[in-house]
Amino acid sequence: MLAEPPLVEVDGLHVVSGDTPIVRDVSFTIARGEVLALIGESGSGKTTIGLALMGYARRGCQIADGRIRVGNIDVRSLSHAKLSDLRGRTVSYVAQSAAASFNPARRIMPQVIEGALIHRLMSRADAKTKARALFADLALPDPDNIGDRFPYQVSGGQLQRLLAAMALITDPDLVILDEPTTALDVTTQIEVLRAFRQVVRERRTTALYVSHDLSVVAQMADRIVVLRDGAVQETAPTQQLLDAPAHPYTRNLLAAVAPVARVAEPQHTPAPPPLLRISGLVAGYGPTDARGLPEITVLRDIDVGIESDSVLGVIGESGCGKSTLAQVIAGLIAPARGSIELDGVPLSPLAAQRTREQLRRIQIVLQSADVALNPAHSVEHSLARPLRFYHAMRGEALRRRVVALLDMVHLPTALAGCYPRELSGGQKQRVNLARALAAEPSLILCDEVTSALDSIVGAAILDLLAELRRELGIAYMFISHDLSTVRAICDSVAILYAGQLVETGGRNALRQRPMHPYTDLLIASVPELRTGWLDGISATQLKEAAGGVSWHMAAQPCAFFSRCAHRISGVCDIEAPPLRELAKGARIRCHLGEDELLRAQTGAGQAPSAEPQYAHLS
Amino acid sequence: MSDATLQRRASNRRTGIVALSVVGFWVAIAASGPFVAPHAEGNVVSSDVFAPISTAFPLGTDYLGRDMLSRVLFGARDTIGVALLATLLACFVGGTLALCAAARGGWTDAVLSRAMDALISVPSLLFGLVVIAALGSSIPVLVGTAAVIYTPGAYRTARALAVNIAAMDFIRVARARGERTTFIMADEILPNMLLPLLTDFGLRFIYVVLLLSGLSFLGLGVQPPQADWGSLVRENIEGLAYGAPAVIIPAIAIATLTISVNLLIDSLSSRRQGADAR
Repeated sequence: MLAEPPLVEVDGLHVVSGDTPIVRDVSFTIARGEVLALIGESGSGKTTIGLALMGYARRGCQIADGRIRVGNIDVRSLSHAKLSDLRGRTVSYVAQSAAASFNPARRIMPQVIEGALIHRLMSRADAKTKARALFADLALPDPDNIGDRFPYQVSGGQLQRLLAAMALITDPDLVILDEPTTALDVTTQIEVLRAFRQVVRERRTTALYVSHDLSVVAQMADRIVVLRDGAVQETAPTQQLLDAPAHPYTRNLLAAVAPVARVAEPQHTPAPPPLLRISGLVAGYGPTDARGLPEITVLRDIDVGIESDSVLGVIGESGCGKSTLAQVIAGLIAPARGSIELDGVPLSPLAAQRTREQLRRIQIVLQSADVALNPAHSVEHSLARPLRFYHAMRGEALRRRVVALLDMVHLPTALAGCYPRELSGGQKQRVNLARALAAEPSLILCDEVTSALDSIVGAAILDLLAELRRELGIAYMFISHDLSTVRAICDSVAILYAGQLVETGGRNALRQRPMHPYTDLLIASVPELRTGWLDGISATQLKEAAGGVSWHMAAQPCAFFSRCAHRISGVCDIEAPPLRELAKGARIRCHLGEDELLRAQTGAGQAPSAEPQYAHLS
Repeated sequence: MSDATLQRRASNRRTGIVALSVVGFWVAIAASGPFVAPHAEGNVVSSDVFAPISTAFPLGTDYLGRDMLSRVLFGARDTIGVALLATLLACFVGGTLALCAAARGGWTDAVLSRAMDALISVPSLLFGLVVIAALGSSIPVLVGTAAVIYTPGAYRTARALAVNIAAMDFIRVARARGERTTFIMADEILPNMLLPLLTDFGLRFIYVVLLLSGLSFLGLGVQPPQADWGSLVRENIEGLAYGAPAVIIPAIAIATLTISVNLLIDSLSSRRQGADAR
């Protein structure tokens, strides 16, 4: 065993784009059967290294120097034709976006076995048999027939596993997994991670796992390489890296996973009238029917309030309606029913009918700063518009205010003349925020503002939000799918599932059991920064996680019914769940009483400790 | 940046400069042609028809013995002037309607788009023939006809661009800010589609030149003794047998103008892509 040379050896790898180095002097080895993780923020060169292992450099880039050996093949010495033999056969690749990797116009099976046929490894029939076995190993439902479907007929998590099957069909020596679960929801991520790991273990696959998420990597990898700006910072076995990070940058990364609380201590006088009050809100898309309900109802009966100078976190997985909620409040989508009141005054359904003062007081900051800033406008132009529009500012005063705004979001004045394409992701998000601040709003709707950013950049944006709140007394509605972010910044939380608010309450709602079964699932699904977390997941939770949101469930009285492990048949699927006040100060929509929930969630026989096991995160 | 990219960029730049100077040359001729022409447009100055190039007649003479240089110089105004005016009109009307359709959506979009579809379904040359047969051939009628024929195309292109931009988040932010539709059209959407729109303008300009030349070739375009380049080709077509410059020169003029406009647009748009790739 010891004498066996490593399967993959990368030595002194340099990749350049023109004169700019992208990867600098990177060396590592991967032993047969080992899973090595490359971790770093975007732009750290991790994907570039993964691609270099296949002898590929993206357009404009070149592998400038270094040795890449896979098995006994020297990858850099191969001709174009020989590289085609290598790719998909010796080294295969699983990309981040499965949806973009499958051809939507063809059925899944021919796409999965294509690699085996191109390399003439087996007959079509054998390839199909093998693919079905792989589908079963990857815990895909109905493995015998799933290949006959089209890519859009399976869920995102399933498609990602099918992509892995495509990569594994040729029994490659090395599989490169490039952020394979980044685009998935937390509950979906669990099953995909488990399937990946089981396959990797059973087949003793050698893998390179590229990710920015340390918690995910902790579940998958034997060793971790930490990258920054294209250079290796630290290489260590997973456990050692988590317990005793040697490099300061690694410590930074670890710290960003467990964000510090950015909440001001409660100093409210009891029950001030809420700044924004939403009651009985129903909204959706499509033409309305006779009852005034839209064809596709996205939000059902939303009741929630935001107090001035406080932060409400809205949590939910993709498709739960959280962005729709922000757009309804901003007046971009007219609600079908219900009311939105700002300081007790009802708001018109659409922005065009609201007064300019009402518009000024609610600003929206959208997720992706890339498309939220007009690429044809300079930073100054983008910031000046709300100043002119709401405050009729001109000339010198306007210019000074733009400078002040840039200063407020910690951007240098020199950026005023820049265009969005000249800014980094974090800078763009700051400009995006500054544009909302220009209106001097009372409430900012933040729709996934940190989701597109790396953890360290995202943490800086959260710090900025907290600082602005302290200084300017702005309230936020903070929409996110990321629990730890919400926990760090919010005073109160609302958990949305398939368009229903299943739980609302103070920040403690996320810390104390009992909680709504969905909240419990969501919290338990966030990967923890310790090895072995993935193995410790209970069977009940796995079953719940595997469900996935679908809209026909939303028509049930309780949207969570079909996934819930504690459902009472004959009750939950017939009667709408009542709103229940819990002792911890939260309200949930559930038929189960407080004691029943507590018993179900802490498990029988355990000490009735209401504190869940993830306290280290907060 | 690699050498290959730099080289590509430099050669792209050279093409752009050459194309720009050819287009500039023809525009200058269109503006100044009548003033620098040695003879009047309709004057028969030689008894020698289809004369070859000589010092007296640098581009030879046509089928009636008129000075070809003067005819081409005068023709430039009719060709480029009419085409430019018609294209500007088509792109302005089409673009404005498209922005309106994209920014308002719903009924406005549906009605405008169907109306344009109806217009686009009429064959363009046939439409031109009918209009000219009814109204007679004059410069305003030609400009108007060409503009109407090419408005739906301009509308379609501009709408496709504008609809994509109107779905972007920054438009959503502008709407949430309470901006009026006209502001969203002019300040938020338009600057983002200017370059592709310019490309479309150039392309459409070429179509119009070709359409007008086609109409003239059929004898329905600019009427004698005035002549655009298309009519020059037609009236001197017999000269082809004698290898007379009279038929080749206007053809070359049409070709150089359309090709250089095309190249100019290509170099503009690839330079823009280069800027985006940074």
